[in-house]
Amino acid sequence: MNWTRKDLLALGDLTADEITLILDTAAGFKVVGQRRLKKVPSLRGKTLVNLFVEASTRTRTSFELAAVRLSADVVNITASSSSLAKGESLKDTAKNLEALAADLIVLRHSAAGAAQFLAERLRAGVINAGDGSHEHPTQGLLDVFTIRERLGRVAGVKVGIVGDIRFSRVARSNIQALTKLGAEVTLIGPPTLVPREFERTGVRITHRLDDVLGELDVINLLRIQHERQKAGYFPGTGEYATLFGLNAARAERLKPEALVMHPGPIHRGVELDGSVADGPHSVILDQVTNGLAVRMAVLYLCGAVPTEAKG
Amino acid sequence: MTSSMPSSQLLDAAGVELAIERLSDTLVLGLEGVSPIFLAGIPTRGVVLAKRLQSSLAARGVTCDCGAVDIAMYRDDLGLREEVVVVRDTKLPINLESWTVVLVDDVHQTGRTARAAIEAVLGFGRPRRIFYAVLVDRGGRELPIRPDFTATELSVGANSQMRVRLIEVDGEEGIFEE
Amino acid sequence: MNSSVNIRGGRVVDPASSRDELGDVFIVDGKFSPAPAAGAVEVEARGLVVCPGFIDMHVHLREPGQGAKETIETGTRAAAAGGFTSVLAMPNTNPVADHPGIIAWMAERAAAVGAVNVYLSGAITVGSEGGQLASIGAMSAAGIVAVTDDGRCVQSHDVMLRAAEYCGMFGLPLLDHCQDASLAGPEAVMHQGYWSTLLGLPGWPRMAEEIIVARNAFLAEATGTPIHCQHLTSAGSVRLLREARARGIPLSGEVCPHHIALTDESLKDYDTNFKMNPPLREEADIDALLQGIADGTIDILATDHAPHAPYEKEVEFAAAPFGIVGLETAVGLFCHLLLHCHGVVDLPKLVAMLTVNPARLLGLNRGTLALGAAADVTLLDPDLEWVVDKASFVSKGRNTPFHGWKLQGRAVRTIVGGRTVWKNKV
Repeated sequence: MNWTRKDLLALGDLTADEITLILDTAAGFKVVGQRRLKKVPSLRGKTLVNLFVEASTRTRTSFELAAVRLSADVVNITASSSSLAKGESLKDTAKNLEALAADLIVLRHSAAGAAQFLAERLRAGVINAGDGSHEHPTQGLLDVFTIRERLGRVAGVKVGIVGDIRFSRVARSNIQALTKLGAEVTLIGPPTLVPREFERTGVRITHRLDDVLGELDVINLLRIQHERQKAGYFPGTGEYATLFGLNAARAERLKPEALVMHPGPIHRGVELDGSVADGPHSVILDQVTNGLAVRMAVLYLCGAVPTEAKG
Repeated sequence: MTSSMPSSQLLDAAGVELAIERLSDTLVLGLEGVSPIFLAGIPTRGVVLAKRLQSSLAARGVTCDCGAVDIAMYRDDLGLREEVVVVRDTKLPINLESWTVVLVDDVHQTGRTARAAIEAVLGFGRPRRIFYAVLVDRGGRELPIRPDFTATELSVGANSQMRVRLIEVDGEEGIFEE
Repeated sequence: MNSSVNIRGGRVVDPASSRDELGDVFIVDGKFSPAPAAGAVEVEARGLVVCPGFIDMHVHLREPGQGAKETIETGTRAAAAGGFTSVLAMPNTNPVADHPGIIAWMAERAAAVGAVNVYLSGAITVGSEGGQLASIGAMSAAGIVAVTDDGRCVQSHDVMLRAAEYCGMFGLPLLDHCQDASLAGPEAVMHQGYWSTLLGLPGWPRMAEEIIVARNAFLAEATGTPIHCQHLTSAGSVRLLREARARGIPLSGEVCPHHIALTDESLKDYDTNFKMNPPLREEADIDALLQGIADGTIDILATDHAPHAPYEKEVEFAAAPFGIVGLETAVGLFCHLLLHCHGVVDLPKLVAMLTVNPARLLGLNRGTLALGAAADVTLLDPDLEWVVDKASFVSKGRNTPFHGWKLQGRAVRTIVGGRTVWKNKV
């Protein structure tokens, strides 16, 4: 199959074949990351702009490193340091960047749909690094890559996603990728944070972690955000940890080969205990390494779409 | 893959086998005393050829290791091609320092593929030496690179494609002009 | 300009007098007359429907203060182009129309540049903040015909109760944009459902509208003041309205075209032309609204015409203002959907929902072809096929989701006080 997208906006847009192509490409780039010379010339002469309207050091650094390893030139723009703070519209900011000949723009924004908004208006390729609660495609991809690498497959794998699904772009991207590749997905959390509407995507929902813990091949713990507590979605981190935290006792009941994942940053003692985060089931650091390979693959593929196609 | 143009056969299966034998003979001569040797096929058909050369060199008493070097990340035409080039596996020795690497490909024409392959190998380390072996040299150089070992030289029209077909990949054997 | 017109040979539909027959309508010096006058404009109406001028009781004219979006002049010209002869302007201007001085300014402006009749509404509370009652009496003296905080909704039931009691003193109906802000706050941008969940957008649940419709039923029952629920969207609201009306409660409801034309799935590309408040909902809600129209539970149609400047709408979804223009597409959409696609009303009923029904609620001496009444007439071609082209809109606003839609049915001539203020160029 041929990759024809100049943008990566949402895993919801991709076919299973396209997702598999990205994963296969990422495998090649992971090898590059393991050699002494970690750089390839694929994007030499291209300019990538990290436009992070919503702050994130981790994801931005990962994209920056991915771009640099592809030999691209990188410019970092954060909201506070940009004209956006002075009231320039997102569209005007991006048009200015394009006039400066940006080839790829990595966008993180607090508004769902922001990446699509830009992609429709720019010739440059737009990579969604997180748009509000909608999607975080490269996170979804690196999670699936990690599962595939460790377990040899995705189809039929029983994956549990725990936590604040309602407001989580990581959850949405994971749900898209996993269901398309044939995994069996269970969402776990309080009803206030796990909307029933997700059942229509083919996932199962349960509010009792202990009921399903023993059958999962993968457990992916999402970060609990304080804003939800203030807004009245759950009483407090203490109660959350008791009901849904992957503590040491629960970790004992996991299948021996089960993987523990977390997009980071971790709230030790809330989503999971420190001992579990550092324990034998945890692949959290692999996720970070794989994130770099996945991002290189995404930049390579979107950067390779013929310029005529960029309209 | 079907071509809209009629294809004419330049070499049949027997001819291909003969060419591979001839290439192996030249390699034995050229690599005398060299060790260890790594045959790095350039995907897709170079990889198949490298495997075949490994057997026929072994039959001549020369032991080599065999693998592949993918060049997708090293191409100089990213964004200019209609189809995005898929990244494939690279399999090279862990520590390249002592090795003599022989790049293996089916057709040599412009030299750009070989250049990319050289750079790809160098990205992995610093081999003792790099050689370049091809089944067919069809001429039409665009860079100052030429193969060290060639089985045969064939030419086709400037607007024609030269296609090598191998059983493992194409289900048939031969060299065709399309 | 000549304000005498002879309209000949059309199908005359006047629900106020239960009239539906072929005939002529004569206007002399701006009033309906039994006989033609010499020197009147001759209008050939064979094949057309001759109706009382349509009334849109939900229009945002944006003046004072928001003239970049629309002005009283451009808004009323858009109304004329849509077949409307009277509009009720909403008070969520800048400043909010909560004071007789602002009402007087608007009335003066409308008299000077308005292409159609402009009726005014005043805010329920000061600044529409939902707290202190606005000077409803003074505004009544200045000519308002309704009271509403449209754009916002009075959250305190106590305040709304006092408002209902107070308005009763002036015989003014209370119009309500039904939205419980605790269930659907300012960040709620689309219907709470499968699509909002998939798109990661905060949802506006049906319940937020239904709870307020229910409270309005209680208040209307207790005070006897007519309360009109604007732009209804949800099946539950229709059910509550039906039950209330069955018990004789003075509660009414209106429907806007987009809520029966589109569902929440339209938002899947984050196109802000589909972002409105209240939001587009699901097929089941559309079915309930259509049923409500069919059985008379909902007896008024309106547009909620909400123009915005293009640059305001061309932003990321969460930042875009709510609303679409509607004056120039409403009649076409209502004919197309209610008469042709779904067949839930016949022509006289459709006309009633745009004429006598809103006129009665607002106490206007319009919406009828009765002799001596002000001669506003809309000529309708219910079978005319046309394509919506936003570039040709008279309104300043271009924010419509209906660009390119093929519709069947259109107003072809708009007459206000005997003068043709718009006619279709074919």
